[in-house]
Amino acid sequence: MEINAKIRKFLSRFFKKHEIADTDDIFALGFVNSLFAMQLVMFLEKEFGIAVETKDLDFNNFRTIESMIQFVENKQSA
Amino acid sequence: MIIELTEKQVEWQEQFRAFVDKSIVPYAAQIDKEEILHPAVVAGMRETGYLGSMLPQAYGGLGLDEVSLGVLNEEVGRGCTSTRNLLTVHGMVGLAILRWGTQEQKDQWLPKLARGEIIGAFGLSEPDVGSDAKNIQTTAVEDGDDYVLSGTKKWITMGMIADVFLIFAQFEGKPTAFLVESTRANFTRTPIRGMMGSRGSMLAQLEMDNVRIPKENLVGKLGTGLSHVALSCLDYGRYTVAWGCIGLAQACLEASVAYAKSRQQFGKPIGEFQLIQKMLTEMVVSIKGARLLCYRSGYLKQIGDPDSILETWTAKYASSVMVTKVAGDAVQIHGGNGCHDGYPIERYYRDAKINEIIEGSTQVHEYLIARNLLQTM
Repeated sequence: MEINAKIRKFLSRFFKKHEIADTDDIFALGFVNSLFAMQLVMFLEKEFGIAVETKDLDFNNFRTIESMIQFVENKQSA
Repeated sequence: MIIELTEKQVEWQEQFRAFVDKSIVPYAAQIDKEEILHPAVVAGMRETGYLGSMLPQAYGGLGLDEVSLGVLNEEVGRGCTSTRNLLTVHGMVGLAILRWGTQEQKDQWLPKLARGEIIGAFGLSEPDVGSDAKNIQTTAVEDGDDYVLSGTKKWITMGMIADVFLIFAQFEGKPTAFLVESTRANFTRTPIRGMMGSRGSMLAQLEMDNVRIPKENLVGKLGTGLSHVALSCLDYGRYTVAWGCIGLAQACLEASVAYAKSRQQFGKPIGEFQLIQKMLTEMVVSIKGARLLCYRSGYLKQIGDPDSILETWTAKYASSVMVTKVAGDAVQIHGGNGCHDGYPIERYYRDAKINEIIEGSTQVHEYLIARNLLQTM
């Protein structure tokens, strides 16, 4: 499964009634809380074998599906 | 699906149990009575390496897997809730540094924390801020190469013996985590005595009146203090508290079974009365159920599953509510003896209740678990 589909599947648990576009700001949709933030970090680490470090804690890395894909690809290629 | 401990985990369990019976249980009543964590117990936790149980071997820790770590907290919790609290808050600091600290912070602090050369404590709660952690009033401001912290922290477990604190303060209105050493100028602590339970937890109130720390003591990024640093600490905190409840409940059960066999009324052991049997049955079934939730949480944590966070909420909620009920039944089975400090039961009962308050109250758990259900189901 490609990165986009995996992220989309994970997010669908939290954004059930919303069809999220790749460029939608998930923070603006109102469902994001601290618990979700932690779950998202764990998901990205486990699913894509990357380590989210302190320097990566920038909301812009996680704001949209597109930015998350970019983040994962950057980490994987680093 | 296999639900059983591995051979290695069983070995650890036997080692933990033997240590607790020999080196913690004999001190537990004294710790409760004097409200001081006995130095011999702290020394034992240090010598066994258990103070570094949650940290990787690379930094001198035991590097236990999550389930073994849980079993350690279960066994220590069986012996003394205050001592289990030490494992919890000490580990929260070490894990925060491991997860969010700089390499320099890891090299500086983790080997000492792992070896127990220094003790760590977690400074989030304040006199007017408990569950509402976003509204902490302690502040941090930038001043040259330093941060300057001011504010009061309350109910700080191990605050009287800790060498380094993970302090949460508002920096420009954003909760942020800092390491504050107990030796810093203008940092003072006062013991909090007279607690109902967990009385050996060395609670302190901390006062910071323009405490100056170097910028290198920032943990994580500015503004990530709650969302990432505190929440990951509290995840470990809840996990270890949940397991501690299992151990405490197990202590209640073992004492109650022994008492039911030996206590004679109406010419026979009270264990032969069906209403006593009912209580014993409810105790053992509820303990086993909560323990399974803890095992599940541990398994999910071990594989890094995002569901582990909510499963840990679930395990902590179930275990803390369970142990309050189990300890109450243990008092009931022991009758008058359960109400007197000649038996450990009244201590178990007082200690049990504390678990419904710390690391998120029962009601905060109910709110969060239900809210998640409503959002995701």
